[in-house]
Amino acid sequence: MSRSPAIVRYLRRLAGFMLVYMILIFATGYVFRHMPPQKPLAYLVAVLPALPILGVFWTIFRLLVEETDEYMRMMFVRQSLFATAFCLTIMTIWEFLQNYEVVPAGHGGFGAAFFWFMGLGIGAIWNRITGTDGPCA
Amino acid sequence: MKNHLKSLRAERGWSQQDLGDRLHISRQSVNAIETGKYDPSLPLAFRIAALFGSKIEEIFEVEA
Repeated sequence: MSRSPAIVRYLRRLAGFMLVYMILIFATGYVFRHMPPQKPLAYLVAVLPALPILGVFWTIFRLLVEETDEYMRMMFVRQSLFATAFCLTIMTIWEFLQNYEVVPAGHGGFGAAFFWFMGLGIGAIWNRITGTDGPCA
Repeated sequence: MKNHLKSLRAERGWSQQDLGDRLHISRQSVNAIETGKYDPSLPLAFRIAALFGSKIEEIFEVEA
């Protein structure tokens, strides 16, 4: 399967942001373990690993804009909507469980972005199953 | 919506990839249109019609 120019750009951007994320997540952890910054600098340093994740969101939304194949674009949009619904479902349920103290506070390091990306992966599988070989609702 | 894309393509001996290349769309898109899983936009329908030298309504028809 040949990749569209938009997909090639998407993969390059994704690889770049993931590389930066890997560097920042280890660097930030190292800084907080060995030379913890004081506030307000701590806010800035703690937020650093989130920035490449925002970059990944931007990368995905650029794909939706730049993909010229309308069918593929529709499939990517569907995948993103699935991810959003999946993430909101998990987070909403988790929030209510916490509200009534059925589960402990905190989320064990798994934030909204984690579940959104998990939903994106499931959405890709769903697209593959239902895309050109099944009912494309 | 029904369409005659597959037979028109077959008459010319083109693969789905060949047709996709001529329309600047993916093979998956051609497959989705041929199998009725996806109805193309009006601009794409015009491009398809122009490629085959036909009118849109000669290629696509609304199912009763």
